[in-house]
Amino acid sequence: MVLDVNGVKHQITADPDVALLNVLRNQLGLTGSKYGCGEGACGACTVLVNGKPVHACITPISNAAGKEITTIEGLEGNGKLHAVQEAFLAVDVFQCSYCASGMIMSAVALLNSNSSPSEAAILKAMNGNICRCGTYPFIVKAIKLASKS
Amino acid sequence: MYNAPLIFDRRKFLKLAGRGLVVAFVLKDYLSFAGETPQPGSPMAPPGEVGAWIHIGEDGLTSVYTGKVEFGQNIRTSLSQIVAEELKLPVSSITMIMGDTDLVPYDAGTFGSRTTPQMGTQLRKAAVTAREALIELAAKNWDVSISGLIAENGMIVNSATGQRIGYGGLTKGQQILRTISDNVPVIVAKDWKVAGKSLPKVDGRLFISGKHLYVSDMHVPDMLYGKVLRPPSYNATLVTADVSKAQAMPGVTVVQDGEFIGVVAPDVVAAGKGLQLIDASWEEKTGQPSTANIFDYLVKNASGENNERGSENTKGNVEMGLKESDFQLSQTYHINYIAHVPLEPRAALAEWVDGKLTVWTGTQRPFGVQDDLAVFFKLNKEKVRVIVPDTGSGYGGKHSGEAAVEAARLAQVVKKPVKIVWTREEEFTWAYFRPAGVIKATAGVKKDGTITSWKFVNYNSGSAGLDTQYTTSNKQIAHLPSKTPLRQGSYRALASTGNVFARECHMTDLARLIKMDQLDFRLKNMDDDRFKAVLQAAAKAFRWNGPKASGHGYGIAGGFEKGGHVATCAEVLVNEDKEVKVLRVTQAFECGAIVNPHHLENQIMGAIIQGLGGALFEKIDFSSGKILNSSLSAYRVPRFSDVPKIEVLLINREDLPSAGAGEAGIIGIAPAIRNAILDATGTGLTVLPMIPNGTLTTDKY
Ligand code: FES
Ligand code: FES
Repeated sequence: MVLDVNGVKHQITADPDVALLNVLRNQLGLTGSKYGCGEGACGACTVLVNGKPVHACITPISNAAGKEITTIEGLEGNGKLHAVQEAFLAVDVFQCSYCASGMIMSAVALLNSNSSPSEAAILKAMNGNICRCGTYPFIVKAIKLASKS
Repeated sequence: MYNAPLIFDRRKFLKLAGRGLVVAFVLKDYLSFAGETPQPGSPMAPPGEVGAWIHIGEDGLTSVYTGKVEFGQNIRTSLSQIVAEELKLPVSSITMIMGDTDLVPYDAGTFGSRTTPQMGTQLRKAAVTAREALIELAAKNWDVSISGLIAENGMIVNSATGQRIGYGGLTKGQQILRTISDNVPVIVAKDWKVAGKSLPKVDGRLFISGKHLYVSDMHVPDMLYGKVLRPPSYNATLVTADVSKAQAMPGVTVVQDGEFIGVVAPDVVAAGKGLQLIDASWEEKTGQPSTANIFDYLVKNASGENNERGSENTKGNVEMGLKESDFQLSQTYHINYIAHVPLEPRAALAEWVDGKLTVWTGTQRPFGVQDDLAVFFKLNKEKVRVIVPDTGSGYGGKHSGEAAVEAARLAQVVKKPVKIVWTREEEFTWAYFRPAGVIKATAGVKKDGTITSWKFVNYNSGSAGLDTQYTTSNKQIAHLPSKTPLRQGSYRALASTGNVFARECHMTDLARLIKMDQLDFRLKNMDDDRFKAVLQAAAKAFRWNGPKASGHGYGIAGGFEKGGHVATCAEVLVNEDKEVKVLRVTQAFECGAIVNPHHLENQIMGAIIQGLGGALFEKIDFSSGKILNSSLSAYRVPRFSDVPKIEVLLINREDLPSAGAGEAGIIGIAPAIRNAILDATGTGLTVLPMIPNGTLTTDKY
């Protein structure tokens, strides 16, 4: 099976029902996507598949094969941070930051589909992502900042 | 003498430090004893005696060694700021070496909001000592007196001649060792230039680009993945286990040692499969307590004797005090078990090389886990190294080293490095919880608002925040430990999340009995000016006396813990369907001089939001040794949509020493919401969590 991750094609030998998160983290060494629950309930593993946010922990690789997969590692271009990352950095959002990758990927997906979301739209789009440290208000602030740039 | 646990290992220290200037925060006696072997049973370090080293190399690079660990408190940043301030260096030229038992001096652990007041203070003094030593070296170098010399941006400058020399150039290949004298002149907070500012998180870029390696992300050559077989319920015993199918899988090793059974495999999927293929039968223990009867159980099993904590907690005579009162109020409060749910579950990577064990793991007590491992494997402590990379949070929930021991056991057998990452279900089931508790409060009050009697007894949940922080001439305060059916332990602000809840509910109810405003009643009964200041600040910003619409209610609560003073106002709306919505929260917080305002605001905001979960809906459901909601879809934690409008007011007391901020911020939110619900509806809830199903019911626990 071939997985197209961050523009690079990888030949993968694994059961088709193995979770994408597993392959990303343990076979491809892309550990930016995190495990937090394994059941689609926390958003720590969020990646983009054809631009849409998915929970990599419950996405079998067979569902992602042949599609464009983007992880947090694929956001930077030529050593330059993505505008959403810049905004998160400027607001200095996080505490432990374990939720960061999932938050940023969800925010990127949101802003790709709606470049200036209302506060309500932000809350709705982000509600699947947990920050146990409770940095939510700063995340909202960073998304608003990114939506302006 | 002070030796054992501090292990001032002179050899390790000197080797590590290399040439340059070293400042160690240790008693002078220490250095003279340093070469000797610690005696078993030597006294523990006195509480203020936390070790820290600062090293300035010949290249001018400054390294700070501390046993504290970064779990999201952003202390890597705040401690750097403190050192930078005193050493007159940019923060970017400081490297913090944290939580590595081979490199840093002994530290009891990162908890109890002690990093800022203790480690911060000592690093500050170490930095001043280093600065003064550098000035002396420069004076000698130029053969001038120290009076005209100042430290500035990594250089010592002679203000008369304009001559300057970099710190690194001053040590000239020697190793210079200084110990700290306690009376060094530190820079007062009002003159701070680096501390006191909202500097961004150190290494922030690594974290927002997914590059920081948490333990669960680590990989070393030849590493294998481990899984551990868990019993179906607490206290179950293993009867038989057929591991043959798992063992037959290619590349899989099953490790069996008594009841401990682990599977090691080259990839995590195979390890999981191997675990599933183990056919184990267990004998479960029946009749263990459950959520339905836990509170009766805790009261019944409480230690009989009166465990009052010292005489300061008993004053006058509470019975007499009750007789003097015009109104009496007795109420029982119930606090459920809750889970910390650190977003990164427990993880450990263990490796044995030539009889030495190294374990990377996310624990708040690296030296404690080093001890645990040394005891478990009967090793000398020098043969065990624990390293704690910046970790995905803990909130008091990662004091232990379960995964570390498990990974080390497996690695020892397979003779390869093994990584274990707990599943969320394991984290919910086999870690530990904030204790459940029952709190019985009885108080008497006069019509004029004088509290004449205060009796407060906590069953099981703990003694933090137990004493009242209001004035009364008669009081009796006790904590009665009990038997807990679930493993319980530390939590953010410990038991004060429950004790302050009960106290602040009781205070508001007393105010209502005498028809006094709940804020005025508190102000009347307090003699702590800092507490008073936060209450007044919060009330003012909240517009406490402002109008409120029908269905809306206002509540207030507060207290102080470990130097952090907090007051919280909340507004709720309870609609006709009895749905409760927390609309806004204003919280004032004061913990002395602020080191990093943005990070402090973030901590306080986070504490409010975390506290919201325990206030409204977080609760561990269990039955006869099984956790029934061991997943994030079943155990609800606060999400974006749960967050009310929050205003955080930070009061900067530059005249007071900086205190910790990680904990006290959580204690006000639950009682403030409860008192607001009472204000809106007349219903005074007494159980945490209050609204597990989203609507107000008067159901008992
Ligand atoms: S790990 Fe995928 S949603 Fe939690
Ligand atoms: S910053 Fe810790 S989970 Fe979000």
